[in-house]
Amino acid sequence: MPDVNALVNDFVTNLKKRKIEGSKSTAKITAELLRTFISHQRLPNTNQAGALIEAVKVAGEQLIAANPVELAVGNIVRRVLHIIREEDVSLTSAAIGGMSLAAGSDDEDNWDNEDHAELSAASVAAAAARSSLRPPSLQTLLEDVPHLTAAPHTSSSGGDSESKSRSADKSSRIRKLKHNVIEAVNELILDITTCHEQIAEQAVELIHQNEVILTLGSSQTVLEFLCAAKEKKRSFRVFVAEGAPRYQGHELAKELVARGLQTTVITDSAVFAMISRVNMVIVGAHVVMANGGVVAPVGMNMVALAAQRHAVPFVVLAGIHKLCPLYPHNPEILLNELRSPSELLDFGEFSDCLDFGSGAGSPLLHVVNPTFDYVPPTLVSLFITDTGGHNPSYMYRLIADYYSADDLEVRPRSTS
Amino acid sequence: MGTKKSLVSRREGAEYDEEEVSHVPLKAILLADSFASNFRPITLERPKVLLPLVNVPMIDYTLAWLQSEDVEQVFVFCCAHSDQLISYLETSKWFTQPNFLVKIIKSTTALTVWDALRTINYENVIHEDFVLVSGDTVSNMPLSNVIKEHKDRRKKDSNVLMTMVIKQSKPSPVTHQSRFGTDELLMAIDPCTRQLFYYQENTTHSEEFISPDKAFLTDNHSMCVNNDKQVCYIDICSEEVLRLFDENFDYQHLRPDFVRDLVKGSLLDDIMSYKIFTYEIPSSYAARIDNFRSYDTISKDIIQRWTYPYVPDVQFHRNSATKHERCGIYRASDIDQSRSAEVGPFTVIGNGTKIGNTSKISNSVVGESCSIGSNVSIDGCYIWNNVTIEDGCQLKHAIVCDGVVLKSGSVLEPGVVLSIKVIIGRNVLVPAYSKVSLLQQPTKVDSDEELEYADSSSSITYNPSSSEKLDMVSKDLKTEMMESQLCTASEVGSDGAGFIWSIPEGSLEGEWRHSVAPIPPEKLSEISQRINAELYINQDRSIVPASGELEPDSISDVSDDTDSDKDMNAFFEKEVDLTFRRAVHENTDDDTVIFLLNQIRMPLLLHAEDCASALFYSMMKLALDTPHSSHNELLRNVSSVIKKWKNVLKTFMKTIDQQFEVILKFEEMCSESMKEYSRIFVEILHLLYEKDLILEDAVIRWAIEKEGADESDKVFVKKAEVFIQWLKEASEADDDEDEDDDD
Repeated sequence: MPDVNALVNDFVTNLKKRKIEGSKSTAKITAELLRTFISHQRLPNTNQAGALIEAVKVAGEQLIAANPVELAVGNIVRRVLHIIREEDVSLTSAAIGGMSLAAGSDDEDNWDNEDHAELSAASVAAAAARSSLRPPSLQTLLEDVPHLTAAPHTSSSGGDSESKSRSADKSSRIRKLKHNVIEAVNELILDITTCHEQIAEQAVELIHQNEVILTLGSSQTVLEFLCAAKEKKRSFRVFVAEGAPRYQGHELAKELVARGLQTTVITDSAVFAMISRVNMVIVGAHVVMANGGVVAPVGMNMVALAAQRHAVPFVVLAGIHKLCPLYPHNPEILLNELRSPSELLDFGEFSDCLDFGSGAGSPLLHVVNPTFDYVPPTLVSLFITDTGGHNPSYMYRLIADYYSADDLEVRPRSTS
Repeated sequence: MGTKKSLVSRREGAEYDEEEVSHVPLKAILLADSFASNFRPITLERPKVLLPLVNVPMIDYTLAWLQSEDVEQVFVFCCAHSDQLISYLETSKWFTQPNFLVKIIKSTTALTVWDALRTINYENVIHEDFVLVSGDTVSNMPLSNVIKEHKDRRKKDSNVLMTMVIKQSKPSPVTHQSRFGTDELLMAIDPCTRQLFYYQENTTHSEEFISPDKAFLTDNHSMCVNNDKQVCYIDICSEEVLRLFDENFDYQHLRPDFVRDLVKGSLLDDIMSYKIFTYEIPSSYAARIDNFRSYDTISKDIIQRWTYPYVPDVQFHRNSATKHERCGIYRASDIDQSRSAEVGPFTVIGNGTKIGNTSKISNSVVGESCSIGSNVSIDGCYIWNNVTIEDGCQLKHAIVCDGVVLKSGSVLEPGVVLSIKVIIGRNVLVPAYSKVSLLQQPTKVDSDEELEYADSSSSITYNPSSSEKLDMVSKDLKTEMMESQLCTASEVGSDGAGFIWSIPEGSLEGEWRHSVAPIPPEKLSEISQRINAELYINQDRSIVPASGELEPDSISDVSDDTDSDKDMNAFFEKEVDLTFRRAVHENTDDDTVIFLLNQIRMPLLLHAEDCASALFYSMMKLALDTPHSSHNELLRNVSSVIKKWKNVLKTFMKTIDQQFEVILKFEEMCSESMKEYSRIFVEILHLLYEKDLILEDAVIRWAIEKEGADESDKVFVKKAEVFIQWLKEASEADDDEDEDDDD
């Protein structure tokens, strides 16, 4: 236990000091950390799922607070919470299914929302239980219609005969729950690591022969995407806007050239001038919000506006770990981070402008160096995730598939 | 974990290069005592490193930075108020961090950095390169590069002693101090190897001579002299530094004593010559809080996010959640701010602070749990925790420490420092730059050892058994408070408590230089005026070639009637006169006098004849000043003076033109300032001729020039008519003779 706490603390410190960057690596590290955390968690005999959720929430709150701008942390914490809920439900229903008995009454108090639990206990199929936990999505609706309608609501029918079998079952369930959750988190980690590939598979369908693609800054996903199209013998050209002030576009251009792509580097301010020659804008994102808005490296909104002006499709690539169940209207969430002005200016050169000893004593020079831009959903033509292409307006549904509505606020019960 | 792995692997890789098996942890020495008194009177009650900088104690910035730069062991050396520091560190999280060992080395007697480093040496904990910082350093620079550079150098050359971190920062051209309030710094650095050759603080602009060791120049080094570099007080030291400090007693401080001596090579030059290198950080930030001015500057840098990620809205420490808004406003989550209160740009408001109606706060830092009344105006102030400011107070560029109470209507003028728990009475105006403390100013001023210690009455820190003493002191404090309330009623108001410290003689200059308030414009204009005069000279000095005569055409005519030229001539004459008098007084030899006169002349772009005239004028004045009763006696005086200094004079009047100028000057003198000479004009002219100072051509030319002049101007020509006639005849005779010879 203490070593796990130390790990959490370590990660929190690193997040605070902004030593971990990039949503993908952050997501991966968070998931790995939570996996270790869960595997070290000792669960009580009753109400394991609830205890586990609480424990993860406590850790998760720390992690989110450490760097509120890095929404990927929160996303993964919520995903893991959702996984725990799902696994628990599937276990419960499986057990009940095996015994052909409705035994929800005992577990009722373990649940945040009891009617859900009752429902799930009553429903025999695991899929049905899962669907009851989340707001209805198109897929689940189609899949589970018969079950939902057929599910009879029978609760509080536990007897003495079952209690014995249930207690025997519980010890195995504890292990099983943990095991299953860890398995599922492993899958999540795998998903995060392989999301490029799945996104890149769709490249051929989007990039056509002799097209001109524009991108801004650097994104691993975009790189893989473009290279995948190249491998499929598509011949096209790439314009890379350099992405001031960090100039990650230069790195991307280097990579692209190394992989044999025809690349042109332009300044960010030249985007509007070049956009008329561009067939498609393909960019990465920092986070995709629930309304389909995108938080992306600074300058992206300008590119999106330019693309809209010239009716160029604006395609955003985003792995599932970038889907955030929060809405940007919420003032509680930070969408931007102002970094050090030294990325823009040379401190030494400007040191005389920052001499507060003379003059009014108040700084006359103010440097603003925001990291991110918010691109509203209306400017985005298409999202490509590992599950395929989606409209901005569809994002909330996708998000409903991955997150449980109860976890939107990651806050342990005691404090809330 | 991913980053951790990569860190570990990187470290392992580095070790593999060094062919070392064991992992050597990076160590740092953190001096949690500034050994200075710049922050008095606050430091009498609290160690400097615990003073809040934008609501976070200074030492937390340093420790957070060291931790993120993978320093694994930090030895915190504390001395003054060590109990407070230790208890703070114990309650903070620093002792419980993984891979980050904070160890306290406590001394009760250390007075200087030398003592500190010696104590650490005795502890015998450091056997490899280490990082030396002080506890008041704010930085976000990456350490790995500079350490690698240092180690690489050491592998090649075991005499490498230290790598100093420097940063570009232009000093103000007016006040000649950096933006951190420290003096301009002159450094000579080899542009290729980055070796430091010369280090001089306190350079005054008038004497810009640097004299590095000649050995450096003979080694054919190139050298780059900078005055726009700022020392960051972060050093990568070899362990020899500790040993050197142990062996030598003269280095009270690392800078400038140690560094200066080291680069001069005077230190142990019989054994070996140690070397100091510099490392300039390109974009990251590093600075040390040395005085109130740098406290202000660095606070503003933090608010402007140069120190990212050590900024108020990132919780690198226990600081409360703070939100960053537009225009550099940082507001903690729990603030009670009135609707009509205005929070201006670049302001930080701490948790639990209340702000009343129509109060205005701008460019300031307000700590936690403060209560600010209505109609209060706060500009450029640093208000710490639990401060009460009642209605209608006005604060400008002040530092207000913990627990201070400002009764309604009080006014703080720029540069005021209110130490802990001071109470300022109703409608009291605290004058600019005054420092108010509950403790009385120490009457005994230590001449050179200025410390954070309180004076004897409250010097707890000398005593190791502190807990009881602390109580005693707090009692002392209370009684003193009572006393002060009685006896200093006049100073800070009838209902106030505190002593206004008097500013010691001579340091008034330092007050505005190092205060938290900006330098008042009057002062700035005053300095710039003073400097402009000197600058004028300096600039000229830089234009004029160091040696050799000027081109006669370089200035068309110096005796222009423009004011500046007149001023300059007057200035020049005065200078020449002074130099000459000094020479007479000290009986200086001719060559020196010539050299000195040239020194004055060159920068002003003046010709030799000007100098000759001025010198002649001085000589005549001297002769005149020598007591005399008759004209004959005066003439004798003149002849003796001229006889004595004729060689000097001769060097400036070699050509006919120059001699001609002198005659004109002499004429002018006789008619204006020294009428005594008008009678013996011809005699003196003759004397000059006899001494070969004036050739006949010059006199004849003078006569010719004057022919066309007004009658009034011809007075002296007429007087000298006989002499001129004689000269003409003589020259004709000479010519005849020459002709004769030719024949």
